[in-house]
Amino acid sequence: MAYELIVIGTSLGGLSALKTLLGALPQDFSAALAVVQHRHRESDQGLGNFLQQFTVLPVHEVEDKERIQAGHVYLAPADYHLLVEYGYFSLSIDEPVSYARPSIDVLLESAADSYNERVIGVILTGANQDGVKGLSTLKARGGVAIVQDPDTAESPVLPRAAIAAIAVDAILPLSQIAPRLIHLCAATGG
Amino acid sequence: MLATILKPDDLDVHLLIEGLYHRYGYDFRNYASASLRRRIQSFLKTEEIATVAELQAQVLTDRACAERLLLGLTVNTTAMFRDPSFYVAFRQQVVPLLRTYPFLRIWHAGCSTGQEVYSMAILLQEEGLYHRCRIYATDANGRVLQIARQGIYPYKQMQDYTQLYLKAGGQRTFSEYYTAKYNNVILRPALRERVVFGEHNLVTDGSFNEFNVIICRNVLIYFNPTLQNQVHGLFYNSLCKFGILGLGKQETIRFTKYETAYDDLAKAEKLYRRRN
Repeated sequence: MAYELIVIGTSLGGLSALKTLLGALPQDFSAALAVVQHRHRESDQGLGNFLQQFTVLPVHEVEDKERIQAGHVYLAPADYHLLVEYGYFSLSIDEPVSYARPSIDVLLESAADSYNERVIGVILTGANQDGVKGLSTLKARGGVAIVQDPDTAESPVLPRAAIAAIAVDAILPLSQIAPRLIHLCAATGG
Repeated sequence: MLATILKPDDLDVHLLIEGLYHRYGYDFRNYASASLRRRIQSFLKTEEIATVAELQAQVLTDRACAERLLLGLTVNTTAMFRDPSFYVAFRQQVVPLLRTYPFLRIWHAGCSTGQEVYSMAILLQEEGLYHRCRIYATDANGRVLQIARQGIYPYKQMQDYTQLYLKAGGQRTFSEYYTAKYNNVILRPALRERVVFGEHNLVTDGSFNEFNVIICRNVLIYFNPTLQNQVHGLFYNSLCKFGILGLGKQETIRFTKYETAYDDLAKAEKLYRRRN
């Protein structure tokens, strides 16, 4: 079955990790990508503009009910949770989860609910536990769980916690994550 | 018509929501499902109920539980001058248009505990328009309206609100607008003078007046596309020609049937103007 959606969570150190990962994906990449990067509630569109410099894929700060399209990168906006419905995104201003809004858990759990085994979850560098629960749910629903090798992470706390809690499918150095995603999506695509 | 086949988890949620509607008339049937599922899960935890199926059985016979669930399913995150740049844009782009009317009707839909209504009242007062306004502030939830009517808020939030007030282009000293007592503040009664609070359910109730401005921020995100279209129809039909619609920072008219019915007034702040 083809992977349709890749959900990525990161906090401390995420900017440069995302730059590397997204920068290595080709224009014809066949899945959509949704990203939660922990950020301050009053940060503006700077993150999207910043990342757009490094990737050929179009980057969007999600607006409510935006359609999910293959080959596009969708960022959780500041101060909103990003949730996946089948075919589109919803936003919420529910209370923070694990002190975070946007929360990685919220993105990953809702992606697992809506896309089941057609979703790949990626946990990158991060300084707290937000994302562990979500990746666990995603894995339990038949999705693929990939974690950045803590030794290559600017902040290893989150990747370590994920590896300790979940039988993940792959632990990869940052530079190997994009090639793996391309391989997974190509192997099952078409 | 072919039935939609649901997974067991989704089916339980579906039955719970149908039950709430048919037993009590609470209509969550067209809410966005991902966030609804999350709130049901967190309600299960609070109530120490193991499964959605058990909750469903209990809700149908236990009205108190149903009412707690109703509160658990609605979100009431708000603050005075939340998203200050919205208020800056409102002052710059909307206020000049409003000056041309002798009398203004404003509808604040989904006003929750009232903070954003009073923020608008302050803005309009500073712009010298408040005395020509009537603000209709509505919410589906009677309990939050009670709080809104009182205008009493925890003192500890004032530091935060003061910062937001200043960023929102506030022209005075924020403390002029409230009186502190013990751990609370009460807002100046003048801010309530032109506000009418009332229950109104966007899902089930219709239009009740014609407005120059409708503000509805971070409410429609909880609705699915079908219900969003329905409520946008209600707003469109409740606005006068060239009336103003203000949505939340990441909400948009773009993905609805009413995309071409409005012009952008302040694109980034989601202020729209109804076309002729």
